[in-house]
Amino acid sequence: MLRIQIITIIASVAFLFLVFRMVVKGRLREEYSIIWLLFTGILVTFSFWEKGLLLVSNLFGVYLPANLVFTISIFIALVYLLHLSVVASKLQKQNKLLAQEMALMKIEIEKMKEEIKPE
Amino acid sequence: MMNILIIIPCFNEQASLPRLISDLENLKLPEKYNVSVCVVNDCSTDDTKQVAKKLDVILIDLPVNLGIGGAVQSGLKYALLDNYDLAVQMDGDGQHPPAELQKMIACYEETGASLVIGSRFIIKEGFQSSFLRRLGITYFHWLNKFFTGKSIYDSTSGFRLFDKKAIQLGARYYPDDYPEPESLVFFSKAGLAIKETPVVMVHRSGGQSSIRSFTSFYYCVKVTLAMFFSFIRKP
Repeated sequence: MLRIQIITIIASVAFLFLVFRMVVKGRLREEYSIIWLLFTGILVTFSFWEKGLLLVSNLFGVYLPANLVFTISIFIALVYLLHLSVVASKLQKQNKLLAQEMALMKIEIEKMKEEIKPE
Repeated sequence: MMNILIIIPCFNEQASLPRLISDLENLKLPEKYNVSVCVVNDCSTDDTKQVAKKLDVILIDLPVNLGIGGAVQSGLKYALLDNYDLAVQMDGDGQHPPAELQKMIACYEETGASLVIGSRFIIKEGFQSSFLRRLGITYFHWLNKFFTGKSIYDSTSGFRLFDKKAIQLGARYYPDDYPEPESLVFFSKAGLAIKETPVVMVHRSGGQSSIRSFTSFYYCVKVTLAMFFSFIRKP
């Protein structure tokens, strides 16, 4: 086994373990863990199966397997960042709505307090 | 009887608020108008909240800072909830003299427009702001003409009167930061009549403008984009 292969196997398995642990501890929601599990799974597969990368590279017509790895990982990271921006936008919208509802409710509560004040 | 809600979005306006409120209380409007004042405290870091509590106003106290758009929208939501006939947005820094309110209402009565904008630029008097800011406003005038087909001179003015229809629409959707020019595109696409009336504005008596020089480039880009997307979005 190549030295680099051993390093990637250790790194990707450790990463997989980390994602697992975070989901179990409730620090990462399941729906966000899917992409990480999938991605790490692919990493683990190709760290064991070294011929596989060469095979896929030939299939795509990529001369250097490393370039294929870079291209695909950068693309996936970009798509995921976009997804996170969408999530942040949604959270901001909900946050605004909650803040407004809360402020309006405070007024209602003050009004009620005034009404039930003992004479 | 017409109930008017004056919405004053405030971020750190403790210095100018008491005078503004007392000016509003002393304001003489035609008999049929019944004025309530609503201060929206957008999570100020100074004593705006305490100052407003001592005054005879409705206080909407936001738990987090939402920006000018979110604050104004909170006021519009309150106006919708309590069934107000008209709502007027007015800056908390004393830039918009309460006496000018009469002109806005007169314009509303005359034209029946859903949105009346108090404009600095139709007749040039009073505070006219800096050259760069005027340049920006010229740009937005052109942009507005392009997107709404209407000639609105002071599209960044935060002195506005909403009728029931506009209150309803604004409560449902209102942009967050730098909302004024974008909301014009939105309101005009919804088919509301928009009218502009000349008012005199004064130099702010305290606080800070939400548009400062180093952010003005970002302001232009953001507002242009927002207006564009508002334009192509289905109402």
